[in-house]
Amino acid sequence: MLRGEGTFVDDIHRDALHVAFVRSPVASGWVREIDTAEAAAMPGVVGVFTGADLGHPTLTAVLDRPEFVPTAMPMLAADKVRFAGEPVAAVLAESRYAAEDAAEAVWIEIEELPAVVDIEDNARVEVPVHDVAEDGVLLDLQMFLDPDLETTMSQAALVLDEQFSFGRVAASPMEARACLVEWAPRDEQIVVHISTQIPHQVRSGIAQALRLPERCVRVVVPDVGGGFGVKTVLGREEVVVAALAHKLRRAVRWTEDRQEHLMAAFHGHEQRFHVRAAFDSTGSMLALDADIRVNVGAYSAYPFSLGVEPLMAASEMPGVYKVGKYSARGRGYASNKAPTAPYRGVSRPQIVFVMERLMDKAAAALGLDRIDIRLRNTIADTDFPYTGPNFVTYEPGSYVEALQRCVTEVERAGWATRKQDATDGLLRGIGIINFSERTAFGTSVMGMRKMPMTPGFEVAHVRMDPTGHVTLTSGTLGHGQGHETSFAQVVADRLGLTPDQVKLRQGDTDLAAFGWGTWGSRSLVVGGGAAARAADELAGKLRAIAGEIFGVEPHRIVLADGLASVDDKPEANVEIAALAAFAHFQSHQVNVNDSQLLEGRGSFDPPGMFSNAAHAAFVEVDPGTGGVRVTDYIVVEDCGVVVNPLIVDGQVRGGVAQGIAAALYEEISFSPEGQPLSVNFMDYLVPTACEIPKVQIHHLQTPTDLSVLGAKGMGEGGTIGAPVAVATAVNDALAGHGQDFDRIPILPEHIVERLGAARIAGPAEAKEAR
Amino acid sequence: MKPPPFEFHRAHSALEASRLLAELGENAKLIAGGQSLVPMMNFRLAHPAALVDINALSDLDYIRREGDVLAVGALTRHRTVETSRDAAVHDGFGVLPRAARWIGHRPIRTRGTVGGSLAHADGAAEWCMLARLFDAQIRLLSTRGERLASIDTWFQGFLGNDAEPDEVVTEVRFRRPRAFGALSEFAQRAGDFAAAAAAVAFDLEQGRVTRLGLVLGGVSTEPLLVEEAAELADGESPSDSLFRRVAEVAVAAADTDTYRRHLISTLVQRALREALAAEETSRG
Repeated sequence: MLRGEGTFVDDIHRDALHVAFVRSPVASGWVREIDTAEAAAMPGVVGVFTGADLGHPTLTAVLDRPEFVPTAMPMLAADKVRFAGEPVAAVLAESRYAAEDAAEAVWIEIEELPAVVDIEDNARVEVPVHDVAEDGVLLDLQMFLDPDLETTMSQAALVLDEQFSFGRVAASPMEARACLVEWAPRDEQIVVHISTQIPHQVRSGIAQALRLPERCVRVVVPDVGGGFGVKTVLGREEVVVAALAHKLRRAVRWTEDRQEHLMAAFHGHEQRFHVRAAFDSTGSMLALDADIRVNVGAYSAYPFSLGVEPLMAASEMPGVYKVGKYSARGRGYASNKAPTAPYRGVSRPQIVFVMERLMDKAAAALGLDRIDIRLRNTIADTDFPYTGPNFVTYEPGSYVEALQRCVTEVERAGWATRKQDATDGLLRGIGIINFSERTAFGTSVMGMRKMPMTPGFEVAHVRMDPTGHVTLTSGTLGHGQGHETSFAQVVADRLGLTPDQVKLRQGDTDLAAFGWGTWGSRSLVVGGGAAARAADELAGKLRAIAGEIFGVEPHRIVLADGLASVDDKPEANVEIAALAAFAHFQSHQVNVNDSQLLEGRGSFDPPGMFSNAAHAAFVEVDPGTGGVRVTDYIVVEDCGVVVNPLIVDGQVRGGVAQGIAAALYEEISFSPEGQPLSVNFMDYLVPTACEIPKVQIHHLQTPTDLSVLGAKGMGEGGTIGAPVAVATAVNDALAGHGQDFDRIPILPEHIVERLGAARIAGPAEAKEAR
Repeated sequence: MKPPPFEFHRAHSALEASRLLAELGENAKLIAGGQSLVPMMNFRLAHPAALVDINALSDLDYIRREGDVLAVGALTRHRTVETSRDAAVHDGFGVLPRAARWIGHRPIRTRGTVGGSLAHADGAAEWCMLARLFDAQIRLLSTRGERLASIDTWFQGFLGNDAEPDEVVTEVRFRRPRAFGALSEFAQRAGDFAAAAAAVAFDLEQGRVTRLGLVLGGVSTEPLLVEEAAELADGESPSDSLFRRVAEVAVAAADTDTYRRHLISTLVQRALREALAAEETSRG
């Protein structure tokens, strides 16, 4: 990869036609006319296609529950456009240049309608986003309702009544979306090369939209340059490209540009919370009532639906705390914005933000220490296994130890002293927060969401070739997380091999039997667990053959260091490579059943398990500019057994950077007409290395017996903890000046406004941002 | 994000460039570093029918001192100014190399040109602000001959300039050198366009400020020269209290939102302090 030898979709060279999409210039309106004649006649143009030309393919992602209003997503909008940037027609041409030129020449006449930008707008517009939901509510679920909650609230020493909100963000992976679809007549297949996190679900979706049997769709995923959730759903552009390739029997490709990505790919995290929390005078939480409203955008994304954010928020809200009585209602509202997809962290960045801010607010109101109030409410080691009022059972973690360790590391780093520095006019603050996250959701948990496609399990297959090397297939799809390394470690360990003797093959639906892809911090736990079991089955065969050779019971054979040896007689050994050759080439001398099949299969479907972490952020705020710099960051995390420390640390660091981005930089903002205003990297501020501090990482390890490897998922934790750690630090720096921030991102103008415009730079020269 | 079709021509002299512009008509554009034009073309905000590439005009890549004038060739890259150790630059125009660090990121600075920045005429651009601060003249060449345009009338609305369609910017002439100068700006993210910026230059005579120039960026389509500042500061000792008063005058002159007014106040004071400190450092 570092040598430039990686192959991404756009690196696959084919004689392919290029697609450019004609997109709606307005957020909402009736499509009156689409005139493609001029564009179709332009040089290099092969054709211009509307929804009607393709037979109006749609994708429908539903939840099978009465509180859900199903809506279909057309692949190309036909009679109505529902967000600015929505694809209306596809131009097919010999180059992307020609395709874009022609796309400019397609005339769309739209009768514009007032847009639903904020969820309240649903009540104001005459024409709803979807006719089937007049009030814009597509999902309304009172997930928890404690009948005694109000009584407790009325008797509590302190009741907080708070609002929190979160800006809309875009995943912005280094590689945007891309696909290349070709027709393979010999195999009666369209072959879909695509940048995705979910190859098998892409196959299902395309097959469904094009009404093909799934065997006629082969999905092949090359290197993927990040996903962060935006590639856990199937894009309508991708279905259109497949439809064109299938219709024309030609290779067709589309590589999303950055403007398209920010404007019209899937967004996330636009949520509002109205929360009431009751505490007694000692700071114990007695009750929690959450009203969660999510702006889910114009459509329900396939396959996971628009329920992802509201359901996750309501079910997981209490987190590491014992909250007493609990009620929670989750709602998803339609709007004239791009649809939402799972985005790294899925609602946990928001619920952790809410819980941690509640702790700080209660501490302030009751005159308690911010750490003490957390410890008072945290699920303690003696409580495990703990079942909360959300009916979730938490297996052992290090919730108390992580927080205490984090406090110790903050003390060791001398932050308290540095915070007092007033010589340069900067304001400094510290944020310390604690949280857990459910990872590796299995079917037993996902089944409660009531999706027609319930994900969660994984299957794996290993086979050994005659040279003793192993090929592993998995339905997970590493897209920058180093699965090639960590999965190889897991399998090699169990077979007595070195990791370079194990090759992971992933992303090809004709190669891997099935799988649910990579998301939700699941792959190493679920996919790795299945791989471990498959490796165990193969190891059993190797032991059986070696046992026959040495005349001992199979369980007495040890596989280590490339050898199969007898446990108490190490000199009785055979190289595993020789054993593999023997099994393949001299099978007539082997009496073990099925010895010719040097392979193993495994599956795994855990319920899910909780990782936990405590984060601490140190910020410097420049009152002269409103600029905030996160100068130091500490993470104490516990994901159980760490299979590969380098990979775990990389995931933590990247996640923290993404969380800092959400706290201080990134937001897709909209005009009152629903025009997205930040559709390039000049306006959508993805922070650079200059804005991200070094992250100090400490590991605790509480292994779990819910997973084969003792490991818990950890792909999202950094993103979950950082927004509130940073916001808390900023609030700490500005303590005594105005109202605390309960919305992110916190921008320089918000800081200046809070400090009061009269206040200007201190006498000393404040450090500039570089 | 692909540009619309365009013709491409390479000029080998400024005169040839002007001739090509005249021939090709108003939809032809010069391209030098391309750091503003190319993104605008890719966003299809600019639709030039033809580009005339002047990157071969290496004779326009120079920095020369001509008495009290610092003449910078139009094709001089930002990075060349930034890294200049030439006394001709530092004596009286030291703010130019110091300010160049604010322009984008290093790859941008190695491509983008001083002349291109003046031609693009973005009111928040560092060279545009400094040209205003140093009362610059812009040398223009066409088949009709040469002329010097004044910075006072150079900026013509949003991204507009005073050049005729076939005139080529060949040189920027910074005038009125002063011993003290600095440019201060703020962007949320390193290397981005400034939300606001302030540039100052002044001399000290017997410890008292004279010939103060103050230019604001990011508050208008063109760099804003705060003329009242010179009068206010003239003959005063440099002090935090003077700098605060200068900042107040700047804020009063800036017709912008509350946040930017606050920024202007901060940046003006920082620029003044930095100017004073920078000169002391360079002497030490």
